Amino acid sequence: MHAQLLTRSKLFCVCATAGEDLPNTRTCPVCLGHPGALPVLNPEAARMAVRAGTAFGGALHHTSRFARKHYFYPDLPKGYQITQYERPFCTGGALRFRLPDGTDGHAAFERIHLEEDAGKLLHDGSRVRADYNRSGIPLLEIVTQPVLASPEAAVAFLQELRRVLMYLGISDGSMERASFRCDANVSLRDNSGTPGQRTEIKNLNSFRHIEHALHWEISRQRELHAAGMDVQPVTLLWDEAGKAGRIMRGKESAADYHYLDDPDLPEMSIHDEEMEIAAGSLPELPLIRAARFVAAFGLTKYDADVLTGARLVADYFEEILASFPDGIRLSMATAAAHWVGGEVLAMMKEQASEVIPVPASHLALLLEHVAAGSISRTASKQVFDRMWRSGEHPDHVIAALDLRQISDADSLRTLAGQILKAHPAQVQAYRDGKKGLLGFFMQKILVLSQGKADPLMSSSILSALLESERQEPGESAGRRSDPEEEIPGRGGVRP
Amino acid sequence: MTSYSEIRKLIEARKEFCASLVDTLRSDARNHESINAFVELFDDDFDAYAREADRRSTGGNARSLEGMCIGVKDNILVKDRECTAASRMLRGHRAVYDATVVRKLRADGALIVGRMNMDEFAMGSTGETSVYGPTMNPAANDRVPGGSSSGSAAAVAAGLLHAALGSDTGGSVRQPAACTGTIGLKPTYGRVSRSGLIAFASSCDQIGVIAGTTEDAARVLGSIAGKDGADAESASEPVPDFAAAVRQGVRELRVGRVTEGFIEDLPPQQARAISRSAELLASAGARVTDVSLPMAELLYPVYAVIANAEAASNLSRYDGVRYGRAAEGETDFHTSTARSRSEGFGREVKRRIMIGTHVLSAGYREKWFEQAARLRRRIREAYVTLLESVDLLLLPVMPEPPAFREELLRDPLRMYRSDVYTVAANLTGLPAISVPVGKNEDGSPLAVQFMAPAFREEWLLAASAVIEGGTR
Ligand SMILES: [Zn+2]
Repeated sequence: MHAQLLTRSKLFCVCATAGEDLPNTRTCPVCLGHPGALPVLNPEAARMAVRAGTAFGGALHHTSRFARKHYFYPDLPKGYQITQYERPFCTGGALRFRLPDGTDGHAAFERIHLEEDAGKLLHDGSRVRADYNRSGIPLLEIVTQPVLASPEAAVAFLQELRRVLMYLGISDGSMERASFRCDANVSLRDNSGTPGQRTEIKNLNSFRHIEHALHWEISRQRELHAAGMDVQPVTLLWDEAGKAGRIMRGKESAADYHYLDDPDLPEMSIHDEEMEIAAGSLPELPLIRAARFVAAFGLTKYDADVLTGARLVADYFEEILASFPDGIRLSMATAAAHWVGGEVLAMMKEQASEVIPVPASHLALLLEHVAAGSISRTASKQVFDRMWRSGEHPDHVIAALDLRQISDADSLRTLAGQILKAHPAQVQAYRDGKKGLLGFFMQKILVLSQGKADPLMSSSILSALLESERQEPGESAGRRSDPEEEIPGRGGVRP
Repeated sequence: MTSYSEIRKLIEARKEFCASLVDTLRSDARNHESINAFVELFDDDFDAYAREADRRSTGGNARSLEGMCIGVKDNILVKDRECTAASRMLRGHRAVYDATVVRKLRADGALIVGRMNMDEFAMGSTGETSVYGPTMNPAANDRVPGGSSSGSAAAVAAGLLHAALGSDTGGSVRQPAACTGTIGLKPTYGRVSRSGLIAFASSCDQIGVIAGTTEDAARVLGSIAGKDGADAESASEPVPDFAAAVRQGVRELRVGRVTEGFIEDLPPQQARAISRSAELLASAGARVTDVSLPMAELLYPVYAVIANAEAASNLSRYDGVRYGRAAEGETDFHTSTARSRSEGFGREVKRRIMIGTHVLSAGYREKWFEQAARLRRRIREAYVTLLESVDLLLLPVMPEPPAFREELLRDPLRMYRSDVYTVAANLTGLPAISVPVGKNEDGSPLAVQFMAPAFREEWLLAASAVIEGGTR
């Protein structure tokens, strides 16, 4: 598979990798293949490559070489692509991932290397135009060994690979923009386990397409075997609309690329020091992080998986935990996990946002208010919504929207007294044994308080008043256990 | 034209000199059009240049190359000027940036006079494969001027320029210098940036200098040498004061005179040129010993495989899509590319692309290219080792005197053989210089070559100055 590296400039020139999208605006003599122009390796791409090689535990080579792969095509400005051939910067390596049945998968890599992307052809009626903005953009190519046993395993592997590359900060993982793409090789083993003839499928633009294409190709090869025919070494182009592969070319006519070590580029060298820096700065990878969330914070495996889906989200979750006072951190972990996995992710999706504009400390404060009962869960969602949009402090939002929960016993008793007075028939019915009417009174008190009445306290005050027949509403009944106390925590809201 | 050392005297006296200089440039170039050395004269630049140079001269702030008139081979880019490598393929192609060497020369005050004729894509040793027609040899008009930097050498030999840049991939600076009685210096690979040089064989290509005097060659080298961020193969080696090296002499330098190991007997005149040079060096204090030329019979074959393989690769960018010649009326990319290339490239270029493509093909790659690459490493070791036991190697530039015009066009194998003593410097990356030592009996120029250890161009210049002083 290929992942576009998130470098600022291209692999061998200083053109930007992103920005202006007008065709041929991010080009220069080097990436246009002008005569006299020479490639110079972008050290940022080399650093990202080393980071990937380190994360996957491959053997990083102190020296590697760039080679020219020759073919003529209008999107290829020099008549060759600069890639790594006989001496990639990294051999071996592997990725652990979780198979759909929950068991652990392990995919060993053949190699990892760096190469440049080609341009793009724009078909416009009978005319074809070339856009070289993409020409020279750095790609990381990872080749696995033939170890993925099913389409589902292949997809699970790719999903984890994508997640890890994003965690490493070297790929945006976008399949729509083709910055993460794969070509799949398929071969069936016979009863003795010997692999059969392999075919290749290209044009796989989503995980779903990959799964469809692999299933289709496996059945095609099975049918050939059943009919006693040989599988030919072909390259297929997947057509998702028609749910079928189309033979692009036979491998026997595969091009001879006339590989040549690129004489314009010295060996790429990786020093011990760079390897140490890469090893020292590796982020915790998602599967390991999820396991830690379970062990350290008591999250469920499911919650931990949701949070570690993207590094940004997992980092945010941990920042929230760090914002809580020591005493309540563990007890708040699950609430924080649910909030981040629920509200935050939903909001990111709804807003198509790649960032979380609410500071973790603000969300932590909001969660403390919810836990302390100073604001209802329903109201808290309203507060969060406004925090996301305006960037305001939660206390300001709560005050501005007047959402502070009424949990002062006297106020609640006054409200309850008004309701009981207004509904004498229902009070009598309750006292005659229709205890189910408590819900009726609860609803009235919520309406009257515009949803701010603390539900637990309201319910106990209501039942207390209803049970004590003689007592006039409004008079002191329950001073024994006064629930009105200062809310613990910082910066509590004063109504 | 006024020699550059005279110009320095005028500059020291804070005199105006440039207006008359550019007048002479214009009229000389016109009067020598028949040599066909210039492909284009950048004379629209001259007057503005002259005003600035005179202002600086009289103001006492002239730069190190103020007033030096330099031509550049037509494979070195000058921004906004056409640059074609003398090929139909690139007719009309305008450079969008300056080669690093051009930028440096201008920054030091030199005038870039024009672009010089050459063999197409620097492939040839006679100056005859140019789309602009052959270059004549002002030093021997029935002979070829050598190639591929034919126009650069011919213009310097005719006194139209103080110096010119060429490119040397297998001898393309030294060989035309030898044919025209000028000095031709190929620096160490990496000494001079290749950025803006249209590539022939990238691992052998090096921009070099052709000049009338050793001192002028040293001045130009001093300007263009040095690390360049635009060429990853350029070296960070410090740049010494080459002009001072010219005067440092050869006392105590160990010179290895090549007396055996040639692929065939040296013609008597060539042998005498070697002996005469050895005597001059010895009388100037050098210690001369006799050595054998290592691996001589392998030099050209190994060079031919590697240089042509790289050439085929470098020239694959010429498909007519983005610039250069595009066949008209074709709708299919591959047909159009094939036609553009068939029409755009000349015979010699096509021959080399085909050889280069063949030696990299599946099934032949191991036998040809990989074997040549292994042998190249052995050749490099042999020359580097030899140049640890001596400081300079003294050897011929060519196995025979300059050929008659059109003689070699019909005999490519003989043309290739004329590179046999120059390719060693390109295969090894070592610096080398071609220095005139009088004339052959038939009146054509005669020259010898020196090779030095990597980044020891000073020794080449010192030896060249001694020969120059002794044969003047
Ligand atoms: Zn660019």
